[in-house]
Parts: sequence; structure tokens; C-alpha cells
Amino acid sequence: MILMYIKAFLVGGALCALGEIIILKTKLTPARILVCYITAGVILSAVGLYAPIVKFAGAGATVPLTGFGHTLAQGAISAVQEIGLLGAFTGGLAAASGGIAAAIFFGFLAAVCFKPKPKQ
Amino acid sequence: MKAENRIGYQTVEYKNKPLIAAYACAVGPREGQGPLGDQFDLVAQSPEFGQESYEKAEAALLREACHICLSKAGKGEKSIQAMLGGDLLNQIMASSLAARELKIPFLGLYGACSTMAESLLVGGMLCDGGYASPLLCTAGSHYATAERQYRYPLEYACQRTPAAQWTVTGAGAVMLSLDENSEKKPRVRLVRGCMGRVVDMGIADANNMGAAMAPAAAATLCAYFDDTKDDPRSFDRIITGDLGMVGSELLLEWSEKLGHPLPEEKMMDCGLTIFHPSQDSHAGGSGCGCAASVLCAHILPKIERGEWKKVLFMATGALLSPTTSQQGETIPGIAHAVVIEGVQE
Amino acid sequence: MQKSPSKQQFIQQYKRMVSAVTPKSKAAQGCLRAFWVGGVICVLGQVLIDVSMYFWQFSYTQGACFASISLVFLTALLTGIGIFDVIGKYAGAGTVVPITGFANAMVSPAMEFRPEGWVLGTGARLFTIAGPVLVYGIAASVLVGVIYYFLVL
Repeated sequence: MILMYIKAFLVGGALCALGEIIILKTKLTPARILVCYITAGVILSAVGLYAPIVKFAGAGATVPLTGFGHTLAQGAISAVQEIGLLGAFTGGLAAASGGIAAAIFFGFLAAVCFKPKPKQ
Repeated sequence: MKAENRIGYQTVEYKNKPLIAAYACAVGPREGQGPLGDQFDLVAQSPEFGQESYEKAEAALLREACHICLSKAGKGEKSIQAMLGGDLLNQIMASSLAARELKIPFLGLYGACSTMAESLLVGGMLCDGGYASPLLCTAGSHYATAERQYRYPLEYACQRTPAAQWTVTGAGAVMLSLDENSEKKPRVRLVRGCMGRVVDMGIADANNMGAAMAPAAAATLCAYFDDTKDDPRSFDRIITGDLGMVGSELLLEWSEKLGHPLPEEKMMDCGLTIFHPSQDSHAGGSGCGCAASVLCAHILPKIERGEWKKVLFMATGALLSPTTSQQGETIPGIAHAVVIEGVQE
Repeated sequence: MQKSPSKQQFIQQYKRMVSAVTPKSKAAQGCLRAFWVGGVICVLGQVLIDVSMYFWQFSYTQGACFASISLVFLTALLTGIGIFDVIGKYAGAGTVVPITGFANAMVSPAMEFRPEGWVLGTGARLFTIAGPVLVYGIAASVLVGVIYYFLVL
């Protein structure tokens, strides 16, 4: 159990540190980093390289955006297995729907409740 | 017919030497905590300045600066014959909103962060030529409105690079007048101006605006010294608007390369003056409001008190738009300068 | 625009001067901060998964979904009260790369563009930063599904 946390910490931290290196070396904006990570996650997952990392590190691999890509890709693949070509379109979003719906809903809620403030 | 007030290629001479009859500035709370904190006419309690949106707050700050300037001069809105000004918003909206309330004939200007110098430069010509007197030259900016237009939402979590600058929340208004017989005798006047050319040295990094603007600043200074044969050392200060840490150093190096070495001890940058280094503004302040508020809070009073006799005030602007930046366009820079003198008794 | 070779050289000279003068970000410090903050967020995710599996008998997939939603909620709350951008300023990619970065990219414009109205402000601008993430993520997953259908099945 403790070992799992250590692995999650190390792998998750490493993925973030890698992101920081990319930001500093390439001057990519954070929005582009997010796009790169999610696309990389989809591709790595599709060729079967990401599942072992998830198995090894748990949330250390699923919480970073590459894990989001992994969820999308695995969702699409398993839906294709179940219902055929239609699944390519329904599977990805269905698997990732929790996070997306939460971000939309809580984003809206935050806009209702809070006002942005410049820092002093 | 020859333009007889023109000296050389880019410089103009104000034959009647318009007087600076009054000046005022209003700034945000962060600027109020800076080194010039007690010199501003008005420091807003909050960045909202009692308004519903930050755009309206920016307009209100500008309007307030104009009101204070008018009351210092003891003049009503009706007696002002023109108002020149601009800001960083699309369609220079904050200035238009301020002008809507003031009901003074309004000429909108856009020169990015160079707007304060631009309004003085053009205002000086209108006044000198006898087309408007008294008139108001203004400029303003707001951190929150500039961030959302040029960068990210306020609550978006991202790191600023060390070369990034912090947009000043503030506005300044300067009243120019030909009238020598006003009650409070003005002691400061405009002598010359230098119109800047747009210079682009291929800098595309919007987080390093000092580097994008420094070549324009060097070009304007070189043009001025070529046109007038003035000695840079004859000025008490050569003041730049918001080149920041990076741009100020580049200006010194690049001017030297262009054959006009500048006296380092006489250089001053408003962006490096307005915040304490501990205020985490990285390479310094920026925005139209930076040069405008430092001019009205710090520079003009010093000339009025006689501490400085003659200064060259040059504000620099990075003429970037998010649209063309995203299309990969580099950042054109511009710098306008005016020479301000204390009136000899 | 066509530039003469000497002008080209002139510009190159200036660019060299700029990179000499411009201060650099501290890479080692930045990576370390991103590493530990990102690591802690991932451990928090793991704790949320384990807790939900233990108390509510969630499956692993359900637990992961619960962890995502909880982290998104936490980010929205911290963004709303103006703390998240302070953390992000410290941690850099440490908060960008985990799902917290995605959530912050949705929540912050939703708040920011509220003055422009509920529909065209908050509603439309919610996706200004995070929209591309969904576009490329979902498009790639559809492509993967289609390729999988024709190649594997």
C-alpha cells in the first residue's frame, strides 16, 4: 500500500518534471503542453505502452493528463470491441465523461460564486 | 511650403513652448504600495475601484486623473478645448468611456505603452500651433484588463518568465496651455518632440517586450541626437517608459552599437521605478499607465521643484496584437520622445 | 518580407545580444518544485481511489473517475478563492500536467469572462484554453478506435 503511494509520487512527479523541462526548453505555452500530453497519452495507450505504467504507478499515471488520454483511448478501443465502428465515436468520451462534465459543471459553479482578483 | 517647426528628419520644435499647467495621476493599490506610493494624487482602495468590471475601473481611473488635473488647474471641463489619449484595450475603449463622461472634444490615440509620450507629442503640436489651449494629454492602463486581453485569465495558474513585465494599473493626465497668466504660475514646459519610427528586430516573444521595444527606443534617441546635435549629457535624465530590466540594458548596448553611447548614470526607466523589487513584478512595470503615472507623480514634480532642469521623456510601445502574434508575426516596437524643461525664473 | 543579407546579420546580432541579456528561468529549481507538487497531487489521487474502493466498494475504474472528479472540484474551489494560481506560480508544470491543470484551464476563464454574460461570456469562453485539449484528445481517441476496428478486428 505504502509502496503504491511512493510509486504514484515518483511517476506522477516525473511526468510533471518532464513537463517543466519541455516548458523551459521549448517555450511551449501551458495550453500546448496539455494538448501534447493528452495526445501522447492517447497514442501511448493505443500502442499498449501506457497500460503497464498505470499498472505500476496507479494514480501516478492516471492523474496526469496522459492518463486522461489513456482513458479516452481505452474507452474507444473497448467500445469498438463491444459495438463495432460506432464505438470509436462513443467510447472515448463516455469513458472520460466524469472528468469533463465535472470541469464544465464546477467551472460554471465557480463563475456563479467567485470573482477573479488580481494579486496584490 | 516647408514645415518650419521641423528639425532634421524626425524632430519637431515647439516654437511657443507649451506650458504644463497642471498634471495628475490615479493608480491602483499595488502601485500605491510601491516606492512612489505617497506621490500619487489618488491611490484606489481596490483594483475594481468601485466599478462592476475592470474595464470600467480603468475608465474611471482615467476620468479621475482628468478631474484632479482640472481641479488643480482650477478649470472646468467646458474650458478644455481638446483631450488626447489612449490605452491598451481593443478600440481604446477605456479612454472613450472616460471621454464620454468628460464631454471634451476627444482624439483617440493608440501607441501601446508609448501612448503618454505620443499624446504629449501631438498635444504639444496642437497647442503650439494654436489649435487648442488648454488641452489634456492622457494615457492609462489596468493590469486586469491587459491580462485578459493579451495573456490569460487572472486565476489561470501559470508561471511568468523572468523577463515578463507587470502592467501598471494607473492613469495620468497632463494639461498643456499657452496661457502664461494663469493664477498658479507653471514652471514646466515642452520644448521639442521626436516622432518614432516603427522598428522590428524580429523578436516574437510576447513575454520579453523590453527586447522588442529597445531597438525602437535606440532608433528614436539616435534620430533625436542626429537631428538636434544635442549632447546626451546635457539632459539631467533620459527617461524611458517601460523597457524594464532587460530592455534598459539592451538600450544601452544597442545605442552604443548605433554610434550614440548614452550616459548610464543619467538613464532612468519608469518601469523600474514604480515597483519595489520585492513586489515580484519580474522585469518591471509596463503599460501606458506606467509612464503616465511616473511622469505625473515623480518626474514633473522634480522638474517643477528645480531638481532637474531638462529631461528627455521617451515612452516605448510594443505594438503587438494577440491575433498577429498567434499568426507568428514578430513584435513591432515604437518610441516617441518629448523634451521637458523647467521654466527659468 | 525580403531582407538584405546585411540587415539579416544586423538582426542576428541583436538577437544574440537579447539572449545574452535576458535572464533565464531556474531550470533545476523549477523541475524540483514541479516534481514534488505534481507527485503530491498524484498521491492524493491514489488516496481518493483507495478510499472510495474501501468505503463504497467502487471498482478501480469508478474509483479513478471519483478521484478525477474530486480533484477537479478541489481545483475549482481553490481557483475560485484565488489560491490555485499562487500554487501554480510556485509549481509550474506540477499543477499544469495533472488533471488539476485541465480543471483550472476551464474554471479560470469561466470566472474571468463572467462580466460578458452567462452565455457568451462564461458559457462560450469556458473552453478558450482547455477546448484544444478536448479537440485533440477526443479526435485522437476516435482515430484510435477507427484504426483498431480496421486493423485488429
